[in-house]
Amino acid sequence: MTTTIIKTTTKILAPLILVFGSYIILHGHLTPGGGFQGGAVFASGLALLIVANKYDAVKSLFEKAPLSVFESIGALGFLGMACLGFAGYTFFKNIIANSGFPLFGGKTPTGINPGYLNTGGTLPYMNIFVGIKVLAGLTSIVLVFFLIMRRERDEW
Amino acid sequence: MIEHLPALIIAIPLFGAFIAPLFKKKQSIAAVWAILITAITVILSLMLMYQVRLHGIIVYVFGADKPTIVLPSGYKVPIRIMFEIDGIGAFMAISATLMSFVGALYSYSHVKAESGLEKYYALLLLLEVGILGMVLTGDLFNLFVFLEIAGIAGSALVGFRNYRGEASEAGIKYLIVSAVASLMVLFAIGILYGEYGNLNLAYISRQVSLSTLDMIAFGLLFASFAMKCGSVPMHYWVPDAYTEVPAGINPVLLVSTYASLYALFRVSFTLFANVSISLERVGWIMSVLGVLTMFIGVTMALVQKDVKRLMSYHAISQTGYMLLGVGVGLTVLHNSDALAEFGRTAMAGGIFHIINHIIYKSLLLMTAGALFYVTGTRNLNEMGGLARKMPITTLCFIVGAAAISGLPPFNGFASKFLIYESSYRLNPLLAVFAMVTSILTLASFVKVFASAFLGPPLEKFENVREVPRPMIVAMVILALLCILFGLFPDVVLNKIVYPAVDALINVAQYQSWGGLA
Repeated sequence: MTTTIIKTTTKILAPLILVFGSYIILHGHLTPGGGFQGGAVFASGLALLIVANKYDAVKSLFEKAPLSVFESIGALGFLGMACLGFAGYTFFKNIIANSGFPLFGGKTPTGINPGYLNTGGTLPYMNIFVGIKVLAGLTSIVLVFFLIMRRERDEW
Repeated sequence: MIEHLPALIIAIPLFGAFIAPLFKKKQSIAAVWAILITAITVILSLMLMYQVRLHGIIVYVFGADKPTIVLPSGYKVPIRIMFEIDGIGAFMAISATLMSFVGALYSYSHVKAESGLEKYYALLLLLEVGILGMVLTGDLFNLFVFLEIAGIAGSALVGFRNYRGEASEAGIKYLIVSAVASLMVLFAIGILYGEYGNLNLAYISRQVSLSTLDMIAFGLLFASFAMKCGSVPMHYWVPDAYTEVPAGINPVLLVSTYASLYALFRVSFTLFANVSISLERVGWIMSVLGVLTMFIGVTMALVQKDVKRLMSYHAISQTGYMLLGVGVGLTVLHNSDALAEFGRTAMAGGIFHIINHIIYKSLLLMTAGALFYVTGTRNLNEMGGLARKMPITTLCFIVGAAAISGLPPFNGFASKFLIYESSYRLNPLLAVFAMVTSILTLASFVKVFASAFLGPPLEKFENVREVPRPMIVAMVILALLCILFGLFPDVVLNKIVYPAVDALINVAQYQSWGGLA
């Protein structure tokens, strides 16, 4: 499968896709998209990299990458952000928004505006955690398919 | 902290489920972790029941400033996701948490030799979250989300022993059934949302008129939840799924089936409660479906040779009793004389039968799992003479078999007797079918008892010993509950069953969020 065409295209496209995925995750609270969509885009970039590389290189790289730990971290982070609301309010209450917290705690302006990244409170945090979980989950699915397919081909 | 109870009961098992995969290196810690988390949820659900009995319906609005702000300032309609917990929700929550605890305890020894246990326990806890969310939520779309969580976690657990081809097949079958059911649910929710512009159960139930679109939505919801609770003619997935799932998951999977039954009741009693004319017809459909389910289930169970498969067909048949009991109540819901006379009793019988059946069927499936654990086979023809080797398992089996056949003084008798008495008043034929089913049940369990436990000891089972202690403890807990519920049915009925029945009947309370708006 790994031809020169795929390798060359991947070199140009993969960084673009990864950056675009991160952009969708980070701007989830301003523009269409969010953690799930961005994570899926990011994972598709990783899938491209997996397909374009050799079996052994992919295997040795991902043996070190703790994908299932990333999944747990994503979910736990999301839950943790939701639990912040227990401090005086309710579960899932957005207590960071408009609070002046340095990261994503800025005051949301009303009216027509270009969208300010430093707003949104817990939403961007949740997007980031969901993004981590989705990219780890989807990548491990692609990886399982890739490794199983290749192994069977070697056995033929 | 007590006002956050509804959120905590979801958050704690979710937390447990996501921590569990981190115990990849030490899988026995994952087991202990799951037992600990499920034990905490049992305590939380008991507290929840206590709160519901004390204060009536509990509303928890997510993301609001206070848990009880249903209508934010300036709005006429609820816009946030909320949990609305009444008697029946708390009742189902107790069943779910108790069975998850027993299942986790049993799994500690039962699946010890398998690999990938950290994922097993993560999925067990996720399945518990799915069930708890389904029974506590007051929001239609949230119901769908938790239905999906329970369905996906359940199908992964059904296919857990993926080195067996049958397990993978059963897992995929369960996945397809769940997907079809939840897609139909989603479609129906879409119809209702398009019509009324809201997803809140209580709000929609106040607006519902029986337009053609509503009828379509009701039909879809009814059919898909009936499919997921394994009623005839959509029962085909039950035997496969219950047979192949590891016995420690059986209790939780049973509760997840009855969470769909709960959703069926919620849809018929609350969502479409205003539609008084055709509810009688729906009640009859439910009762007849119940009779068909119990009779077809038991006749198919009689011919089985695989011990777990036989018990799975009995699970179908017992679901029929619940449908019959509650269906009789639904038929006379708008006829207050008949409701007071026998409708309420019938519903109490049906709902009491849910928890009774969960207890004794889990017990039976666990004894079947114990037989599989020591003999390595589920074929009844290859077993024999195990009573001497496994005395405690045998005793537990006798208790479970007597309970499922409705013999006094076990718990099955208490709920079945209520159903016989009250369904007789609606139509004697219903009660006749229910009794015949009970007799056939007894017959098939006599067969299991004779072929697995009685008879001369077989040579190949000479070295068989009693199963490990955690499995024994889990089985004995359930056997004791069988006896206790049978000896003191009035306590259980008054404390948890009648509040649940009244919650279903008293729609006005639910529609006004317990008087908050």
